[in-house]
Amino acid sequence: MAANKKIEFSEETLALCHKLIKRYPEGKHKSALIPILHLAQAEFDGWLSPEVMEYVASILKIQAIEAFEVASFYSMFNLKPVGKCHLEICRTSSCWLMGAEDVVRHLEKRLGIKEGETTPDGMFTIKTVECLGSCGTAPMMQVGADYYENLTLEKVDQLLDRMKASGKRKSYTDVAETRPL
Amino acid sequence: MGKKLLLEHDHVPGINSYSVYREKGGYASVEKALKTMTPESLVEEVKKSGLRGRGGAGFPTGLKWSFLAKPPGVERYLVCNADESEPGTFKDRYLMERIPHLLVEGMITSSFALGAKSSYIYIRGEYFYVAKILEKAIEEAYANGWLGKNILGTDFSHDCYVQIGAGAYICGEETALLESLEGKRGNPRIKPPFPAVAGLWGCPTVVNNVETIAAVVPIVNQGGEAYAQIGIGKSTGTKLISASGHINKPGVYELELGLPVEEFIYSEAYCGGIRGGRKLKAVVAGGSSVPILPAELILKTAKGEPRLMSYESLGDGGFITGTMLGSGGFIVMDDTTSIVKNLYTFSRFYHHESCGQCSPCREGTGWMEKILHKILDGHGTLADVDLLWDIQSKIEGKTICPLGEAAAWPVAAAIRHFRSEFEDYVKNPGNIQDVKHYYRLNNLQPA
Repeated sequence: MAANKKIEFSEETLALCHKLIKRYPEGKHKSALIPILHLAQAEFDGWLSPEVMEYVASILKIQAIEAFEVASFYSMFNLKPVGKCHLEICRTSSCWLMGAEDVVRHLEKRLGIKEGETTPDGMFTIKTVECLGSCGTAPMMQVGADYYENLTLEKVDQLLDRMKASGKRKSYTDVAETRPL
Repeated sequence: MGKKLLLEHDHVPGINSYSVYREKGGYASVEKALKTMTPESLVEEVKKSGLRGRGGAGFPTGLKWSFLAKPPGVERYLVCNADESEPGTFKDRYLMERIPHLLVEGMITSSFALGAKSSYIYIRGEYFYVAKILEKAIEEAYANGWLGKNILGTDFSHDCYVQIGAGAYICGEETALLESLEGKRGNPRIKPPFPAVAGLWGCPTVVNNVETIAAVVPIVNQGGEAYAQIGIGKSTGTKLISASGHINKPGVYELELGLPVEEFIYSEAYCGGIRGGRKLKAVVAGGSSVPILPAELILKTAKGEPRLMSYESLGDGGFITGTMLGSGGFIVMDDTTSIVKNLYTFSRFYHHESCGQCSPCREGTGWMEKILHKILDGHGTLADVDLLWDIQSKIEGKTICPLGEAAAWPVAAAIRHFRSEFEDYVKNPGNIQDVKHYYRLNNLQPA
């Protein structure tokens, strides 16, 4: 993010925020916090900076600390910058049984970074995560909204090539390219 | 193949759309409920059906509904727990993705029984694309008059919303879910008061699992008594089982409760046997929290009777020789599996997911993970195995919510049934096959 870029939702997103708030009874608008933090993370480069959290709090008319305490609790919210493609590989039982560790090792080797790190070009971050509910199609990884299942090392290579060629950021809210494999 | 009530049409092309779902008899339960039943008679039907909560606890649904407080002038809510996060469980995702209208229909019918004007489907954040599928189904339901004001010209009006989470296993615990739905951290509440009295925004609330709410549809359509005829004993109806691990045909299967476990694992209609014809070593039958059982105890009870897929049969023998049906997350392991390493992935999971409110869970889960890591790294001692046992016994029953038990039970069961494997890791660290640890043990750099 450019240092002095103004933090403000697009008109479209702002309208969506106000639509979300109407889902709850009057005075209970804080319930919209998690959905709006998702929108913020998608719109502001894939992570929640303190300024972004303050902005979200201002929309909901709550204290900034309320946004921060929620953002820091949930594992999908990034409090530090991440790569455009956040590769989240499930590591729990069934995925481990079916070779998730091989997938992680392959990614580390191929991208030249360790789990938890981001490539110098800012394209990829590797992260191991807990069960994503894809145990019957293990091993798997989630990138943005997309679930990539029944992974093989060849499939992983194809995916990386495709993501690199597109060069686009993949967000949780972006569900257009759902389950392409 | 046994009877199917929920997934009968799961392979019909376009079943995720309103028109096809309606053609296949969809939304009949709403018509029947609103036009011919009272909320009280609907609760009675659910009681008669014997339906038990499909999220894992197995509490009778009709009874749970009857506890709902109804103070005049206070809103009541139905909240659907679609936070499916129990390792080994992916049935709700399958159901919502394939037949989203079944859940929407169940939400409307159940809300009528409970007198709820609004309901929320709280879905785990990672299932963002499933949330979109549900939102589309809800839109279609509004467009066709199944949601909104004065549904089917009756006095009943209802709105249904999808609420997205953001990655926290603990939010599957019903009070943590409600906290999260209120826009807070997912810290479980101290009970009482129970949600039936003070739930969402302090109002009386029922929280039910996706599959439970979906099951209300066939119960209303066929009647509670007919539903109770399906299954075995107090395990009535059908159950969705998520089968994963070393089997030939992983996936979601709907089965009539009472099916023999052996048939489920080896029959072509279900798991299709063990991958590569290998030997079965162990099964986690109901999601990561329930005790793991070795092959001989999952196929037959300690008394030598065939083990069945039912609440009672899987529970036969208590935790000494039995387990639980739980969420139906059925993880199968062949004879190549390291029970110690599998347990490590579970303990790491619970450590990561502990909300941190209660000291025994916050500290104990991390401690157990570290000890298991030490054992896997070839530095364990026999005293560590006893220490693991000691820690788990001191978490159980000492926390606000059941995550403590969920973290303790798998450790206890793994040591109970596979103690020799832990001892082997301790006594013969050179035999540890995990490449990463072998290299670390020998001070080598991995290639």
